[in-house]
Amino acid sequence: MSFQPVKFYQTGTFTVGNRLLVPEERSVQANMERTNSLNSGHRACQGCGEALGARYAIDAAMHATNNQLIAANATGCLEVFSTPYPETSWQIPWMHSLFGNAPAVATGIAAAIKVKRQKGMKDDVRVVAQGGDGGTTDIGFGCLSGMFERNDDVLYICYDNGGYMNTGVQRSSATPPAARTATTMPVGQQPGNVFGQGKFMPAIAMAHEIPYVATATVADLRDLEHKVRKAMTFRGARYIHILVPCPLGWGSASQDTIKLSRLAKETGMFPVFEAEYGELTNSSKIRRLLPVEEYLKPQKRFAHLFGKSPAVGTIVRLQALADKNIRRYQMLDKEAN
Amino acid sequence: MLKQMEGSHAVAEAVALCRPEVICAYPISPQTHIVEGIGEMVKAGEIANCEFINVESEFAAMSVAIGSSATGARTYTATASQGLLFMVEAVYNASGLGLPIVMTVANRAIGAPINIWNDHSDSISQRDSGWIQLFAETNQEALDLHIQAFKLAEELSLPVMVCMDGFILTHAYERVDIPTQEQVDAFLPPYEPRQMLDTSAPVSIGAMVGPEAFTEVRYLAHEKQMQALELVPKMAEEFKAIFGRDSGGLVRTYRTEDAETIVIAMGSVLGTIKDTVDEMRDAGVKIGVLGITSFRPFPLDAVRQAIQHVKRVVVLEKTFAVGIGGILSTDVRTAFAGIDILAYTVIAGLGGRPITMKSLHELFEKAGRDDLVPLTFLDLDWKVVNKQLARERQQRRSGPAAENILRDVSTTAANLS
Amino acid sequence: MNKPFAITLNPGSSLANHTGSWRTERPVYVDRLPPCNSQCPAGEDIQGWLFHAESGNYEKAWQHLTKDNPFPAIMGRVCYHSCEGACNRGNLDAPVGINSVERFLGDEAIKRGWKLVEPATESGKHVLIVGAGPSGMSAAYHLRRFGHRVTVYEAGPMLGGMMRFGIPKYRLPRDVLDAEMQRVVEMGVNVVVNTKVDNILETMAAGGFDAAFLAVGAHIAKRAYIPSGEVSKIVDAVSVLRSMEGEDKPMLGRRVIVYGGGNTAIDVARTAKRMGAEPIIVYRRTRDKMPAHDFEIEEAMQEGVMIRWLSTIKKAGDTEITIEKMELDASGFPQPTGEFETLEADSVVLALGQDVDLSLLEGVPGLELSDGVVQVDANMMTGRAGVFAGGDMVPADRNITIAVGHGKKAARNIDAWLRGTTYVAPPKHQVATFDKLNTWYYADAPKTVRPMLDIIRRQSTFDEVQGGLDESTALFEARRCLSCGNCFECDNCYGVCPDNAVIKLGPGKRFEFNYDYCKGCGMCVAECPCGAINMVPEDI
Ligand SMILES: Cc1cc2nc3c(=O)[nH]c(=O)nc-3n(C[C@H](O)[C@H](O)[C@H](O)COP(=O)(O)OP(=O)(O)OC[C@H]3O[C@@H](n4cnc5c(N)ncnc54)[C@H](O)[C@@H]3O)c2cc1C
Ligand SMILES: Cc1ncc(C[n+]2csc(CCOP(=O)(O)OP(=O)(O)O)c2C)c(N)n1
Ligand code: SF4
Ligand code: SF4
Ligand code: SF4
Ligand code: SF4
Ligand SMILES: [Mg+2]
Repeated sequence: MSFQPVKFYQTGTFTVGNRLLVPEERSVQANMERTNSLNSGHRACQGCGEALGARYAIDAAMHATNNQLIAANATGCLEVFSTPYPETSWQIPWMHSLFGNAPAVATGIAAAIKVKRQKGMKDDVRVVAQGGDGGTTDIGFGCLSGMFERNDDVLYICYDNGGYMNTGVQRSSATPPAARTATTMPVGQQPGNVFGQGKFMPAIAMAHEIPYVATATVADLRDLEHKVRKAMTFRGARYIHILVPCPLGWGSASQDTIKLSRLAKETGMFPVFEAEYGELTNSSKIRRLLPVEEYLKPQKRFAHLFGKSPAVGTIVRLQALADKNIRRYQMLDKEAN
Repeated sequence: MLKQMEGSHAVAEAVALCRPEVICAYPISPQTHIVEGIGEMVKAGEIANCEFINVESEFAAMSVAIGSSATGARTYTATASQGLLFMVEAVYNASGLGLPIVMTVANRAIGAPINIWNDHSDSISQRDSGWIQLFAETNQEALDLHIQAFKLAEELSLPVMVCMDGFILTHAYERVDIPTQEQVDAFLPPYEPRQMLDTSAPVSIGAMVGPEAFTEVRYLAHEKQMQALELVPKMAEEFKAIFGRDSGGLVRTYRTEDAETIVIAMGSVLGTIKDTVDEMRDAGVKIGVLGITSFRPFPLDAVRQAIQHVKRVVVLEKTFAVGIGGILSTDVRTAFAGIDILAYTVIAGLGGRPITMKSLHELFEKAGRDDLVPLTFLDLDWKVVNKQLARERQQRRSGPAAENILRDVSTTAANLS
Repeated sequence: MNKPFAITLNPGSSLANHTGSWRTERPVYVDRLPPCNSQCPAGEDIQGWLFHAESGNYEKAWQHLTKDNPFPAIMGRVCYHSCEGACNRGNLDAPVGINSVERFLGDEAIKRGWKLVEPATESGKHVLIVGAGPSGMSAAYHLRRFGHRVTVYEAGPMLGGMMRFGIPKYRLPRDVLDAEMQRVVEMGVNVVVNTKVDNILETMAAGGFDAAFLAVGAHIAKRAYIPSGEVSKIVDAVSVLRSMEGEDKPMLGRRVIVYGGGNTAIDVARTAKRMGAEPIIVYRRTRDKMPAHDFEIEEAMQEGVMIRWLSTIKKAGDTEITIEKMELDASGFPQPTGEFETLEADSVVLALGQDVDLSLLEGVPGLELSDGVVQVDANMMTGRAGVFAGGDMVPADRNITIAVGHGKKAARNIDAWLRGTTYVAPPKHQVATFDKLNTWYYADAPKTVRPMLDIIRRQSTFDEVQGGLDESTALFEARRCLSCGNCFECDNCYGVCPDNAVIKLGPGKRFEFNYDYCKGCGMCVAECPCGAINMVPEDI
């Protein structure tokens, strides 16, 4: 099952729905009856990419599982803005335990479901776990790796906004180099986050050789939904890493959330791909290749690179990272270029 | 059926009889034999419809337990010492969320210095975690308490820790009466969760609660433990009706009639204490014993009831709150607030230090003469301590205390031999 | 479920939290005017009819189109489609082939016999139309739709005006013209052919007309003085083209010189070519100064029409003419060089433009005639109340689409005038300029090329040169439309709102904002491909 972009000229493959498509080809989000798993009234900032990404992903998972879905959630913005007493935005069975244990909680849920099915439960209930990049790549890393290694039947979704946003924008191991955070201020010898640190969780997930690993952004809903749907066709551990811009943490305009996600891919700063059992199987191609500045400039967390005397050296290093992504994840269409 | 077996194995059998659904395990002495035993039973298909998960840490073990319990599965895990501390965040979480998980803590000291032997520091460190804590005196009781623990946990929707002394009980071979499956089934109904993750009735579990409701949430947790105070004795009675044994309850008295001195303690040390008390009773000393089974909730009334007419209590505890002294004794003091009773705190058995009848004899006699300081360290080697203290007074960089002491202890031992 | 207090919550309960109060700006759905619509002289709602064509509902598309212009099959062939020049898609790859889709719709309508909407009620008023050209017939159509009785007096024997007597068949097959004229007639328009109106006021009085629309076109050929011999054959283009419609085809000989640089010159040259001649166009300026459309010049040259740029005819003999070479001066005007050349010529066809025959207006008080045309006000009314005029006879560019537009505009004003009011056009929306679009969402799709007749047949027959689109290519082309400024139900706003504050109302019903929850992030605005949402400040 490889992703077939819909041949459709007025709107290409990228719009959310479109009346001109046959119903089967429309996205889950276009459906008037979509679940809105994450309901209105949540307290995310204006233009929050995480709120959007979560609804995209969970609605898709709900669709793929015929609404038989349970979610475990790590502490972080997503949890805080969705479930402050006395109201929750979730419309699905959902649980928050701790910051660093969502994968393990999900393992427990999956185990309980397995037993119930052995005891005769008919519904094929599936499990997702979700968390921010901090909850995933840092504090929850051990639990996540354990869940992967045991190949528990859990889809883990990481909403990567490149930092600990809920606690006030501190650096995580997913913060990009040079980015300003509250703990990597743009001062000193190496302003912003340093180069040569951090980790790219999707690659680590691949190293576990789990059935399915994918990355996505909120800019390409169809691709994202396809990946969630595909993930649900596998049993065992699966991992989807979604880039979700954070207007607050990135210092970007609230209306630019999707634009920045798009630019992240089009500049090569964030590779969008799929892998099965540790092998890269597909990568989304860049449509209009752009220099990294296009991505960096609208974000105040990189503002120190573009002052009176631009930090050309730093920009060049970031471009080199993008170029490496483009090479490594085959982001350019060979035939087209 | 009577069987000679290791304590850990007895507990494993008990857990198996409770028809657990999810079990997660991570190795740590002296708990390992329990989960090894259960793991084997699951793998061999002796426990039907049960998932046994080898997790990557105790933190994960409790987290998996949280997930499965919240999804309506009867869930069990076991740990000890460092393992319990490693899972602390999730321990509090499980009780905060009201999840009826049962966990065995094979009591062991906490490092540093790392020490694998028995005391109660690990469980006691979690006294405020919101878990119910039941302490077993014997392997039989450990076995029985596990069966009661599931029922108690599930009725209250609270997690229960069954505490049993590491090595002393877990590794001891004793004769135990293994109940039949029919008996256990008659006692323990299938788990009917109070709340759960269910696709047909979705809820959000684990909300963020602010100042406007946090106190109420805390109070309600307390209220549940207060309910446990009633439920625990009731359950012991029900248990007796089916299994024909006295097991559990809040407290157990031993030879307290007309006692002037009551020794209060928890766990297996009660056996040694009772033997000592027997001897002293034979010698005419008016001394009795109060064993505390339910440490959380702490049975203030039952304790007060048991000790109100005595002259003094000796609280012998296998924990030590550095900087103040006793922990169990503080709770006991709360129980007799307003009544004029002398109370002696005795710290004993730390890190596996044997508690001998000889030492207890001396101790209780001293207590009878009111010749005890309020805080006594049973069998503390003052020579070693004083030497180290002197060393430290002399030079600032005196080296690691533990190593120094070890050296001193071994020279002492060498001198003795 | 006996849920624990505060830690376990009921699903979706956050609806109680109205986050709309955070907003400082609010999104609103708007309809902007697409540049194509804005440009179309006939005021067609191009985006609107393409919207229906996109979903393959061609009849609905045709009905939508013909609200403004009853002649899509004609337009699809001879309209100069300035809409495409304005089309935003031109900034992406190539403009949408609006004209070719229009033609497809027109041809479909003819093929399938679709009918125009007839009036529901009759007003009882009677309007006279003079001239059955595009302007007159457009007015007739629109007036019928308003329910007025319409009588058209046409001097010639058939309907169509310059479309029939000027435009050659190879560009506008007559069955197409007939079909679209006939359809208007079938709405109950009374047409009286072979009847020239000589005096408008008399005719109106005689017929008891309540109002009149004049659209007599411009049919009198302009002449230039060329010294010439007795036998030299000098004719004008309009006559040549007109006679192509009759039995007696014009005799021009083999070597035909066409004098002029407009579309008429091209048409007459290409006509001559098809009759076996070797036409040469003589034009005094350069190619880029030529008023004829470039694509027409190109097609003519492909067919073998020769063109002599920078040349004027000095004199005409019986078998040859003398031309003088010109050069452009600093201000771009051609100046004689004194260099002469002779060309063989059996005939000279003058294609120097036409004048209006205004004789029917003689003696009408209040009229203002200047530069040979009738002046009209913004409502298309002449100085004489109740007498309106449009098309080639009023000051404007001369083409069919403008003529059709005049007909529509005049009809609206006549209708209002008959009811004693004045027509007020609805306010125009702001134009949907390219910068309002988010073009990421449109896939790359090059324009569909219309098939052309093979060159041999183009040189020897009057078969139609340019083919039409078939259903699949028409659909493709329609779907290239970016739907500038008007929601095309792509569902983007519905999808991208992080707060689910967009309500989808269902197919054809578009969307609504739920201001209870909209936080005003502006994402829907940024991601609307076609600029159909606007952000406006919240008054706080
Ligand atoms: C050769 C040629 C090619 C052209 N090609 C194109 C083209 O490709 N695309 C384009 O957009 N435009 C083209 N034009 C211009 C276009 O034909 C005119 O602008 C358009 O036809 C004007 O429409 P109208 O209704 O105003 O007048 P006309 O089309 O000229 O119609 C006027 C009608 O009024 C009738 N009439 C005149 N006087 C009277 C009277 N007194 N009583 C009764 N009836 C009368 C005439 O017989 C005629 O039928 C071309 C013009 C020519 C000459
Ligand atoms: C054990 C623990 N350490 C720290 C915290 C504080 N904390 C809560 S959320 C958070 C940041 C979350 O960052 P991330 O996972 O990236 O999610 P985001 O808020 O960025 O979506 C931190 C540090 C905590 N709740 N628990
Ligand atoms: S801080 Fe960032 S991630 Fe958190 S709610 Fe705001 S925009 Fe979303
Ligand atoms: S893209 Fe469509 S709506 Fe926009 S100008 Fe072109 S034809 Fe008109
Ligand atoms: S985003 Fe799409 S659906 Fe929404 S208004 Fe714009 S065109 Fe219409
Ligand atoms: S995306 Fe949603 S919240 Fe943002 S402005 Fe639009 S409707 Fe409002
Ligand atoms: Mg984050």
